[in-house]
Amino acid sequence: MNRQIQLDINKTNLEAEGRQSRPSVVARNRQNQLAKRTFFVITLLPMILIAAITIILVVRSWPILSTYSPKDLFLGSTWKPDSGLFGFWPYITGTFWVTIVGVLLAVPPCLLTALYLSEYSHSFTRSLAKPILDLLAAIPPVVYGVWGLLAIVPFVEDALAPFSKRWLNSIPIFKVAQPTGFSIIAGGIVLAVMIAPLIISVVYEILRTVPNDLRDASLAVGATQWQTIRQVVIPRVIPGMVAAVVLAASRALGETMAVLMVVGNVAQVPNSIFDAAYPLPALIANNYGDMMSIPLYDAALLCAALILLILILIFNILSTLVLQRVLGKNWA
Amino acid sequence: MMKKRWQRRHLIEAFVKGLMIVSFLIVAAGLGEILWTILVQGLPALNWAMVTQVPQGGFYLGKGGGVLNAILGSLYLAGGGTLLALIFSLPIALYLETYLGDSDWGRYVRLSLDVLWGIPTIVYGVFGFIIMLAIGLRASLLAGIVVLSLVELPIMVRAMDEVIRRMPVDLEQAALALGSTKLEVAVRVVTRQMLPGIITAILLAFGRGIGDAASVLFTAGYTDRIPTSLMQPTASLPLAVFFQLGTPYPIVQQRGYASALILTIIVLIISISSRWISSHLNKYTVK
Repeated sequence: MNRQIQLDINKTNLEAEGRQSRPSVVARNRQNQLAKRTFFVITLLPMILIAAITIILVVRSWPILSTYSPKDLFLGSTWKPDSGLFGFWPYITGTFWVTIVGVLLAVPPCLLTALYLSEYSHSFTRSLAKPILDLLAAIPPVVYGVWGLLAIVPFVEDALAPFSKRWLNSIPIFKVAQPTGFSIIAGGIVLAVMIAPLIISVVYEILRTVPNDLRDASLAVGATQWQTIRQVVIPRVIPGMVAAVVLAASRALGETMAVLMVVGNVAQVPNSIFDAAYPLPALIANNYGDMMSIPLYDAALLCAALILLILILIFNILSTLVLQRVLGKNWA
Repeated sequence: MMKKRWQRRHLIEAFVKGLMIVSFLIVAAGLGEILWTILVQGLPALNWAMVTQVPQGGFYLGKGGGVLNAILGSLYLAGGGTLLALIFSLPIALYLETYLGDSDWGRYVRLSLDVLWGIPTIVYGVFGFIIMLAIGLRASLLAGIVVLSLVELPIMVRAMDEVIRRMPVDLEQAALALGSTKLEVAVRVVTRQMLPGIITAILLAFGRGIGDAASVLFTAGYTDRIPTSLMQPTASLPLAVFFQLGTPYPIVQQRGYASALILTIIVLIISISSRWISSHLNKYTVK
């Protein structure tokens, strides 16, 4: 009915003005429908891609998943592909050590920075912070790796490790057992700087969702800024903050190049932050592509990728769902 | 009693504020430290031959040549990847805004894009390698481009989505009220209005693509020649940095630092120009 009226109006207008004829409404609507359908199919692409990656990794790592019991595979600590021993435990623990150290180092300064930018700073400081965070986020992983190699590894070797040896050696997780700076702490420091821009910008966005009226009300009854932050702002943003940290952790879990270059790559179950470790992404990057002659090695490495993928999917989906809820339309 | 409490909370206030400023300075200093380290270590080995020559015989033992193969290879890879990603990103971003809006389906699509963004690039690399083997493709520029486009797709769509969502609703409604179809709104109004943001998104994705090593490690291969067809393997800057640092010769490692400096400069140029574009071209859009 509507369309008919529209058609008629269009026709009479054209006739009356004697203008060049344009594509008819029918044609334009058909175009629109066609575009809608095409766009819809393209929109399916991301989901298909996620499914395809997961399915292919499961299928290709099935030979090893069906040969060994999950206990041997995931909790076994010997990795000797030549003798058919594939224990992922050193790599899984290595991944978590590096990630946790990185996140622990990043979170306090990042939360404080986000709070500062959102609650205290002048708009000038804020306009200064944006490019700094953008640049930090833009620096490629391999450049972070070079920086880690040139600055952080020597720093750990010459300053942190001797300090820890002198003062903290009795605490197991600070024990220095190897002479080089290639260690979990070096990887953690590099990771902390890499995930900082993400944490700061997401937490900043979350803090901006707290209405100013609440702050004003608290300040008006005589609370200091910090009291306002602690008692009014922070309680409202805790779920979002946790989600931001989990999201950052999932990025850190998968970081390959930068970590690979500074973490030492020794397949052992680490006991101290000064030990070397061998995270899963580094295992894949170092060995995949040239291991075709050893049976099951290929499947084992793809299984490593699958473990990584599943961990990250879980972390990522949980944090994203929370953030979508908290930030609503501002989430990007 | 009253007075003491007053002083204490103000002391805490000053302390916490000081702590926050220190944190901010630490983050800023981190960036400065990284750029300074790369500059100081990279500059001595950076010369004209580095950016204009391909590696000569014995380059990795310390003989002459440069990393032009890697610079061009990276530009080809990231350029191709970005172009391919753009072909799919723009429809998705437009569809998300003009057709889906804040519907449930839109939320699922956005969630899946965020999940894709989170998947580590090494997994994309492995996935690409499996597909390559399955269809009989060798490590090549083409394979690298395809994998990079997968890496860049979610970054580009989400960045576009973010700017398109900020478009004034009035504008879209005005166009619809004049009888435009949604497609016409998307192509003629949204795309034009949001062009600066779209360009920024493209540059962002390009910057991510050019810096990524893990995804091209297995798929693009590595060679000392500049590729002349899509089927040839190609070098890339991140891998050039990585391989040069892996050699035991200090002179080659020096060149690795110089290559890292080149990569950093390219990325900084992209990042700064995208800022410039978003601040200067915005003049011509309706606020």
